[in-house]
Amino acid sequence: MRGRPRWGIAWLALLLVAGCASAGDGALPQNALDPAGPVARIQDRLWDLVFPVAVVVFILVQGLIIVAVVKFRDRGEDRPPRQIAGNTRLEVMWTIIPALILVGIAVPTIATIFQLAGPPADDALTVRVIGKQYWWQFEYLNAGPGEPIRTASELHIPIDREVFIELEGRPGETEDVVDVIHSFWVPRLAGKQDYVPGHIRTMRIQADEPGTYQGQCAEFCGLSHADMRFAVIAHEPADFDAWLATQRAPAGEPTSGLLRQGEQLFSQQQCFTCHTLDGHPDNANARTGPALTHFAERQKFAGYTYDRTDENLRQWVSNPQSLKLGAQMPPYGTGVALSDQELDALVAYLQSLD
Amino acid sequence: MATDAYTAKEADVIHPETALGISNPKLGMWVFIGSECLFFGAMISTYLLYVGRTQDGPTPVSIFDIPFTSVSTFILLMSSLAMVLALAAVQAGDMRRFRIWILATALLGATFLSGQFYEFTIFVAEGMKVETSPFTSSFYMLTSFHGLHVAIGVLMLVALWATSMGGRIGPQNSEVVENIGLYWHFVDIVWILIFTVIYLIPVG
Amino acid sequence: MTAIADPTKAVARRPFFARPTATTGPWSWFTTVDHKKIGILYGVTAFTFFIVGGLEALLIRSQLVRPNGTILDENLYNQIFTMHGLTMIFFAVMPLSAAFFNYLLPLMIGARDVAFPRLNAFSYWVFLAAGLFLYSSILFEGMPDGGWFNYAPLNIIGPDPLSLAGAGPQIHQARMLYYSMGLQIAGIASLASAVNFIVTILNMRAPGMTLMRMPVFVWMTFVTSFLLLFAMPVIGIALWQLMLSVRWEVPFFDATNGGDPVLWQHMFWLFGHPEVYILILPAFGIVSEILPTFARKPIFGYAAMVFSGIAIGFMGWGVWAHHMFTVGLGPVANTAFALTTMFIAVPTGVKIFNWIGTLWGGQLRFKTPMLFGIGLVAMFTIGGLSGVTHAVVPHDTQQQDTYYVVAHFHYVLFGGAIMGLFGGVYYWWPKIFGWMLDDRLGKVHFWTMLVGFNLTFGPMHILGLNGMPRRIYRYDAGMGWDLWNLVSTVGAFLIAASILVFMRNVASSRRQKVPAGNDPWDARTVEWMTSSPPPPHNFDEVPVITSRDELWHRKYAGDDGEKVPVPAGASQDHGEHGGHEGHGIHMPDPSYFPLIVAAGMPIAAYGTFYEGPGMVILLAIGGAITLFGIFGWVLEPTAE
Repeated sequence: MRGRPRWGIAWLALLLVAGCASAGDGALPQNALDPAGPVARIQDRLWDLVFPVAVVVFILVQGLIIVAVVKFRDRGEDRPPRQIAGNTRLEVMWTIIPALILVGIAVPTIATIFQLAGPPADDALTVRVIGKQYWWQFEYLNAGPGEPIRTASELHIPIDREVFIELEGRPGETEDVVDVIHSFWVPRLAGKQDYVPGHIRTMRIQADEPGTYQGQCAEFCGLSHADMRFAVIAHEPADFDAWLATQRAPAGEPTSGLLRQGEQLFSQQQCFTCHTLDGHPDNANARTGPALTHFAERQKFAGYTYDRTDENLRQWVSNPQSLKLGAQMPPYGTGVALSDQELDALVAYLQSLD
Repeated sequence: MATDAYTAKEADVIHPETALGISNPKLGMWVFIGSECLFFGAMISTYLLYVGRTQDGPTPVSIFDIPFTSVSTFILLMSSLAMVLALAAVQAGDMRRFRIWILATALLGATFLSGQFYEFTIFVAEGMKVETSPFTSSFYMLTSFHGLHVAIGVLMLVALWATSMGGRIGPQNSEVVENIGLYWHFVDIVWILIFTVIYLIPVG
Repeated sequence: MTAIADPTKAVARRPFFARPTATTGPWSWFTTVDHKKIGILYGVTAFTFFIVGGLEALLIRSQLVRPNGTILDENLYNQIFTMHGLTMIFFAVMPLSAAFFNYLLPLMIGARDVAFPRLNAFSYWVFLAAGLFLYSSILFEGMPDGGWFNYAPLNIIGPDPLSLAGAGPQIHQARMLYYSMGLQIAGIASLASAVNFIVTILNMRAPGMTLMRMPVFVWMTFVTSFLLLFAMPVIGIALWQLMLSVRWEVPFFDATNGGDPVLWQHMFWLFGHPEVYILILPAFGIVSEILPTFARKPIFGYAAMVFSGIAIGFMGWGVWAHHMFTVGLGPVANTAFALTTMFIAVPTGVKIFNWIGTLWGGQLRFKTPMLFGIGLVAMFTIGGLSGVTHAVVPHDTQQQDTYYVVAHFHYVLFGGAIMGLFGGVYYWWPKIFGWMLDDRLGKVHFWTMLVGFNLTFGPMHILGLNGMPRRIYRYDAGMGWDLWNLVSTVGAFLIAASILVFMRNVASSRRQKVPAGNDPWDARTVEWMTSSPPPPHNFDEVPVITSRDELWHRKYAGDDGEKVPVPAGASQDHGEHGGHEGHGIHMPDPSYFPLIVAAGMPIAAYGTFYEGPGMVILLAIGGAITLFGIFGWVLEPTAE
């Protein structure tokens, strides 16, 4: 009995060390312990304060237990020990000291709460984010003249500039249908904020370095909550401006017979009921599904879940439920709508939309 | 068989002493009423949150008929008076007077309920349905649950009357009347709160 | 409290549906009003649900053992994790605590039964009815799948509004009705118990047992009962609002028609936070009895233990929105709740230190109950510390809705409540059944469980901070989560193994039946004064209390600390039939009506699933059964 609690403690310490050691590893794309921007860093600083305090208290308490267990184990005495009922001074101390420690934690906590709650910076890029079952829509509200650029699942931003996120859930303020609560979370850039139907919520993210920062919905929203992912792709400012310019271009014209067939199928199968292709004559600016104008620039699709390969696309269009249960898109596969050859044409067309 | 005086029966169990000095059933009723405060409190809170959300539908000012509801309220208040008189009667051993007043309490309560029912039919006819707006939903939920409590109270009062007709209520077990009276008064107090918060304040 | 006198005249038995009289035999379990039997019923049923919840956990862990697992699809996974939460909270931990309340409370305060024995039986049957009703969903449209917290608007809209995935609006509505009605019925059980225990504690203590001489366990029962009394109505209202919304499109939570989904969260967590104290305070009470017994000294700082429990009960009402830090209540609200949440750590910390103080200077005997008691102190500390980190709001926005939270609440609920409850099982088993559980097997159970538990939930802290959200049925390779998920699953199966050890212990110890005697642990409180198991009337003579730890003072009354033999509180030859022979004690008679009233409720609840005649008929039948039961109950005297 004597040695075992020590094993337990040593083992726990090993876990902690391993966990901390694994931070900073590139193989942890959503690691909140490895901030990549000022907002996450400010939040992480509070963790750097409170975690060591917790460790110290942990060691103190477990240490006292271990000492007590070793020192006061029954040695077969006849008489019971002194029946001490308490010690008022000690008890007052261990009421007041923890309270003081908590005050020490509370002050920086409150300061940070208000620091992060301010209005957007003057030069902030404002993005309206709408969460839907089961994907994220992004609209750039102040990225230049004309209609806001609208994309899905991959949020391109410039580095070193505040990106102010408006999670717009008020039905009267957006044409989008508002469904359930989601939560926008890209851990390496910032803590999460919920997307709440009936309300508008705001938060800010900012990246220091170019790169891809993964995120996912963090409020249970139904069948494919696990597959409601997204990525924030940060660019040097010049590259970001170039990306914006490509977004303003209309959907690419088909350049072959197969692609033309695919384009026609896109119209015939009523895809414009839910999807947008800017500049296309049949475009209805529908917002039920993700905008597909530049679909082929995306790394992944279906809520940043599947690689944008021909095979995945074919399966998706054929039967979305087979890849993402609850996706609000009907099936278009063989026997339902399209033949195999038609599927090939449609997929080829989609893959040409860069 | 109705009797005017009370006769001790085997059904009476001698209650043991309790640490607080009041019986278990009476203490139990008070404790239960404590939980009911939260029950109605949660509904009143919801109502206060949603009273302004009338969604192009009827508003408190436009739909409530204060004179009518005031009469209803008065009737329910009088039922509490009748309850007090009924308790006094049973404690004095006058079972005939008890039965008159307990029935009066029940009848006044039932009249209040019919008033509520009538009021709701008018509201519905004027376009105020349960699902019209958060205001109407929280109004109906609160007042309907209150009405349900009144109805259960009326049932208990009638049962008391019937038990008394069988000669099984008397001064020695008058506490059951007291406990039901406690419930009845609580339901009345909740109504006073509802009437004030929901009817009088918005319209006044 | 003195014995209830026999009625002066014999009562004519009901001509129909005669009142049951048997207090032994299999049928007596259906009509019993004896708090001890009801406690055993609660314990066995709760343990069964615990196994079911544990199997659900193993399914979850099997699905998550590797990336892109294929054991459960989205639809099944969401049902399983929802039911795991509901089962463990409402049908395992709460009723396990109720088992101890039921069995021990009258014994510990020197009473013969609770204030309302039939209401007590009713609480049990209603709890069972609720659990069966909720699980009957497996046979029909499937189990609730929105999480145990079931947020709006998802609880209204459902996961598949276009009916493309086989979980469309009709199915969703049914699942939500199972949730709403099942929990309402369970809530009635808790409310009835709360009224019962509060009245019992206030009114039925033995002569001389002032409030400040009650065992800490009784105090924790008292505070828990008030929490139940006030929290259950709030969730009741929320569940009604949900039912009206789902069934009749009433816009309580509908953002497109003026409703606010956040209202659900407020109401749910106003209930939900007191609920977690409901879950832990009984275990705190149990540990506060175990540690003194096995340290052979009194609880350190009795008054502080009592007042910190009361403080937790009060302060627990002021922290609810710490579950909502990412919903966007604003910096002022978040600050307020951060502060209240931090400061509720103070009374909790006081308990931890007082428990250590109890051990300090004692003569520690490491029997199985003691191991579980120390286990609670050690593991709950970890859970409490992670809880404090949640109060740091800006960082909580990283922790919330991740596996870090799952780690936190399992450390407090499993490492805390479950450890404490198992400690109680091993501690009071001899008193309840009259024979000992094997201590060596108990230790195997404890160590296996402790290691398994830490392997399962320790890594979850890391997973959460490394970005793994909760309630996801799968995760990709390449997220860096593979190793710790694997470790966690291994731990879960170790926990399962430890439960098997426990069950084996029960089976083999039952065969051995090593007799326990009245007081096998040399304990301190009056339940150990009577026989094991106690007679139906608990004590032949109700003890007169002159101090805290009354039994200890009687045993060690000598000035030089010599142990003084204390005559047993009950003679060894107690009869089987309510103690009539010469004791003059008449216990309340058994009754059918608690079971009948309980049986009507799920039937009526099924009515809400239908329209028109189907609905009316089911509501009418269920209502009639319940009403018939109520009338019978009210007209039936306590004892005949």
